[in-house]
Amino acid sequence: MDINEIRKQFPVLDQQVYGKPLVYLDNAATTQKPLCVIERERDYYLHENCNIHRGVHYLSQMATEAYEHARQTVARFINAKETHEIVFTRGTTESLNLLATSLGTENGKRKTESLPFSVFRFPFSVLITAMEHHSNLVPWQQMVQRCGGQLLVAPMDDNGVLDLQAYEDLLKQGPQIVAMAHVSNTLGTVNPVKEMIRMAHQYGAITVVDGAQSIAHLPIDVQDLDCDFFVFSGHKMYAPMGIGCLYGKTEWLEKMSPYQFGGEMVDTVSFERTTFNKLPFKFEAGTPNVGAALGLETAIQFLENLDRKAVEEHETLLVKTAVEKLSAIEGMRFIGQAPERSGLVSFIIDGIHPYDLGTIIDKMGVAVRTGHHCAEPVMTRFGIPGTVRASFALYNTLEEVDVLVKAVTRAANMLR
Amino acid sequence: MFDDWMDRYAMLIEMGKECPIIDEQYRNDQYLINGCQSRVWLHAELKDGKVYFTADSDAVITKGIIYLLIKVFSGQTPQDILAADLSFLDKIGLKEHLSPTRSNGLVSMLKQMMLYAEALKN
Repeated sequence: MDINEIRKQFPVLDQQVYGKPLVYLDNAATTQKPLCVIERERDYYLHENCNIHRGVHYLSQMATEAYEHARQTVARFINAKETHEIVFTRGTTESLNLLATSLGTENGKRKTESLPFSVFRFPFSVLITAMEHHSNLVPWQQMVQRCGGQLLVAPMDDNGVLDLQAYEDLLKQGPQIVAMAHVSNTLGTVNPVKEMIRMAHQYGAITVVDGAQSIAHLPIDVQDLDCDFFVFSGHKMYAPMGIGCLYGKTEWLEKMSPYQFGGEMVDTVSFERTTFNKLPFKFEAGTPNVGAALGLETAIQFLENLDRKAVEEHETLLVKTAVEKLSAIEGMRFIGQAPERSGLVSFIIDGIHPYDLGTIIDKMGVAVRTGHHCAEPVMTRFGIPGTVRASFALYNTLEEVDVLVKAVTRAANMLR
Repeated sequence: MFDDWMDRYAMLIEMGKECPIIDEQYRNDQYLINGCQSRVWLHAELKDGKVYFTADSDAVITKGIIYLLIKVFSGQTPQDILAADLSFLDKIGLKEHLSPTRSNGLVSMLKQMMLYAEALKN
């Protein structure tokens, strides 16, 4: 794998900020886009733009075909059994909001006793883990509040490893839904989701895997995982913003009510009643982001054209090297030291506020994220105001890791 | 005065370290300024018709910025504070911090100081 060749496909990386070469290490927030993705979306607007699923004319049919082809590509990419199990959304957050709303009702009927979904029985509860970001926390929290249920939280240890025994103990309380991060956006922990799903199913729960931070780094096979739902964003895997996916097993998607109402998602409409379209259209009200969906397909093809094993090894090497070299800095404390890690390193330095550190290294051209990373309870768990997070993508280099380490060293010396 | 960003930040850091610590009783949520990535506490009181600010922050650069503002505004009358010409911020290179989308909260700090001045006017 030739990183320099790959970097040529990401023009945004080739620039200077404050007169220094940009070192982009905020990939967990969003990745940069390769030229092929940018050109695919541009090409759509240059030659193919049309509203889909409704025109008899040539362009509309072409756009519809392209959009549905993108859906097939996504289905293949994560090994969904059926193409209609892929619902296009705006991203992870919308996918999770869809679930937390639609699992609360069944076929349009809101249960009078606020009991979500007919398979659910009181007491209603949702189990999440202590390392969730807000997107996989707040929707569930609001759902249980609406339904009069309870949010259960599986704890983790000081290294950021989930306590599987405590997880199983909580499963015994009978949560109907278990939602889990595949990879923590703050700690980098890779959760043993396959095992967690198997355990959850033993206790009769529906499983939701938040793949926002895993999709770009790890191969995903939803049938092998046997998860009931899997969600991810396109923009964290080299695709445009504004497109993401909800994968769901057919049996659940069929039972669930629509999330939003309007055009496209309907079958027949009168002033008295409406019947809904079949899957997946039932969940795609309104005009979708066709151009971004085509960009997502191209991003998948871009990834598939690379040796993904080599990509994974390269990214692992970046994280390992960063950890090794940053360890030499006095007062360095890593937040998240799970043996199974992916994509990022999160740290604080004794006596130095993450915001100060981020501000200084920004001036040296290094883009990292500082703060609570939209995972405030994780910060509370570790008793810190935030961390500095360097997150990697396949185009990052070992030289960039050195720039990061030098910048952090220099900033720490200034701030001490 | 500040050609190089390193000098500029070194100065802000120095100021942050020199900033007199706020009285512990004001280091609570009531005096916390929202809109900053780091926490900033700001207190103001009127003595002989003039406003005196004290502040603290858990981030040293933020503390440097607020101390700089305190040096400018403390000891002024509320009227003078409200009528202040803020163009000095451009001159000392803090302009980039003035955008409302920046997370360092300079805008929030200034706004809070103005609110204090307004409240202490009469």
